[in-house]
Amino acid sequence: MSFPWANHYEPQNPLMKWVDEKLPLPRLVYNAVGAGYPVPRNLNYMYNFGVLAGFCLVLQIVTGVILAMHYAPNALVAFGSTEHIMRNVNWGWMLRYMHANGASFFFLVLYLHIFRGFYYGSYKAPREMIWLLGVVIFLLCMATAFMGYVLPWGQMSFWGAKVITGLFGAIPLVGEPLQIWLLGGYAPDNAALNRFFSLHFLLPFVIAGVVILHIWALHIPGSTNPTGVEVKKESDTVPFHPYYTAKDGFGLGVFLILYCLFVFFMPNALGHPDNYIEANPLSTPALIVPEWYFYPFYAILRAFTFDFILTAQLWGVLAMFSAILMWFFLPWLDRSPVRSASYRPLYRIFFWVLMVDMAALFYLGGAHAEEPYIMFSQLATAYYFLHFLVIVPIVSSIERPKPLPYSITEAVLGKDDDAQLGATVAAKA
Amino acid sequence: MADTTGTATPDMVAPETDATGDGVRRRDFINIAAVSAAGVGGIAVLYPLISQMAPSADVLAESTVEVDVSAIEPGQAIKAIFRKQPLFLRRLTDAEIAEADAVPLSDLRDPQSLEERTKAGQKAMLITMGVCTHLGCVPLGAAEGEARGEYGGYFCPCHGSHYDTAARIRKGPAPTNLLVPDYEFNADGTVVTVG
Ligand code: FES
Repeated sequence: MSFPWANHYEPQNPLMKWVDEKLPLPRLVYNAVGAGYPVPRNLNYMYNFGVLAGFCLVLQIVTGVILAMHYAPNALVAFGSTEHIMRNVNWGWMLRYMHANGASFFFLVLYLHIFRGFYYGSYKAPREMIWLLGVVIFLLCMATAFMGYVLPWGQMSFWGAKVITGLFGAIPLVGEPLQIWLLGGYAPDNAALNRFFSLHFLLPFVIAGVVILHIWALHIPGSTNPTGVEVKKESDTVPFHPYYTAKDGFGLGVFLILYCLFVFFMPNALGHPDNYIEANPLSTPALIVPEWYFYPFYAILRAFTFDFILTAQLWGVLAMFSAILMWFFLPWLDRSPVRSASYRPLYRIFFWVLMVDMAALFYLGGAHAEEPYIMFSQLATAYYFLHFLVIVPIVSSIERPKPLPYSITEAVLGKDDDAQLGATVAAKA
Repeated sequence: MADTTGTATPDMVAPETDATGDGVRRRDFINIAAVSAAGVGGIAVLYPLISQMAPSADVLAESTVEVDVSAIEPGQAIKAIFRKQPLFLRRLTDAEIAEADAVPLSDLRDPQSLEERTKAGQKAMLITMGVCTHLGCVPLGAAEGEARGEYGGYFCPCHGSHYDTAARIRKGPAPTNLLVPDYEFNADGTVVTVG
């Protein structure tokens, strides 16, 4: 679906006409990311991260498929084959650093994309399905990244695999058999490594499939925008191409500069030196932490240190999983009909408090599990849940939002000739 | 892009006219420059993506091999491995040399004399790849008791190529003689370095 004033695909070239009759793929592209897709005219740079996430997925698949040409998923040689990629394969060092840092940048982009959604209420009706699919993509990305991190078979790979599968071991009754089943053994070894490789190769394509659904769902209501006011007419929109291809292209350039800075000048800054030591089941590194993009959830996991009905271990695992699963319920926890935080003075404050809380969790997840970090993790975790389960529902019911503009056109131009009804719209909100 | 004219449709945005009057708009220039830079960058990125499939440093490092030939008796052959492929090293008997020299070059599909296929002063030491030039099978004849074909050299069983005592193709589908790799003898002629 699209808005009725969308440009129509009319191929001029006889070859393109011929193709269009047989297989309207160019038409699909034109209507999806071309001049045939009208987009709110007021999107800011926070709306770049969807396209950037798509770029990251392609980047990871391309570099990943290449790495798989040289990597051997066998516990005897996996570590050696990773070093082989670094030292022998033409450009192997670059491709591996691109892939490893690509994962970090993928998550950076995903987090910003998600936080954009928090701020502008992208999860609200009629866009719940886009949001739900987005959370599914995020979960799949986490699983893929975790399994990918195991493949080099360094110390962090091994102990990461042990700790993360240990999370499943915490489940009462079925936990231990489940963990053994997941690993295909009592500790990570060849069986685990092989299945992780297989799934690490498969899941990105599953992600690509869900991304298609995500974009499909997006194209039904169209994008949100910084005002949160729905598109009403043609003057509220511009065609995706060339307006947002250009804007996203610029964003991509900035992204690539930052990314190349890491790939070429500090490729190991986001990794852990311990992963350059081959996996050793008999010695645990002094500090086991996941990659930085899992820190907030790792901090939540470690925040539970006392038994209360259930064991502390189980609380930690439950809290960690619910920290993300809660996002599935966000469209129904936040009842405010106003989408954009720009018009929600109270919510906006709490949004920024949540950002500070997330920053704290990011920091604490990478810190040693000792005081005072544990206490801070507990406070930050408590606030995280408080935000979603208490603050958001209450704020959405007591808040008095600011008047909304009548239309996007009015928000951009300062006036809209059709805006006689604007007063009533603002009053209703 | 604040458009304060009150009309909001994008195609009504006043076109940017150029100051110099040569017909090139600033926007066209930026557009062409940006797309060209991206295109060149994209093509540059292809280079490592393609190059990574070429032999890696460890494969290239294995691409020479040393073989001690001092213990090979006349009439005997050994096999070695060069670049993961069989290498035949045969010390010819006087009879085999005579047989090879007796063939007029005009009778050959791939005319080459035994001299051309060996090193000066080492005419008896015939070193060739053990890879049939038809489709790459390993010809028989290097090991004791194997069929050596109608011309007493090597015989490829895959599609019946017969090589003579100088490993030249004489009969069957193979187009050329067994390939002579680059190699060198050491000073006393006991060790060859192939590759
Ligand atoms: S491969 Fe030797 S005859 Fe065909």
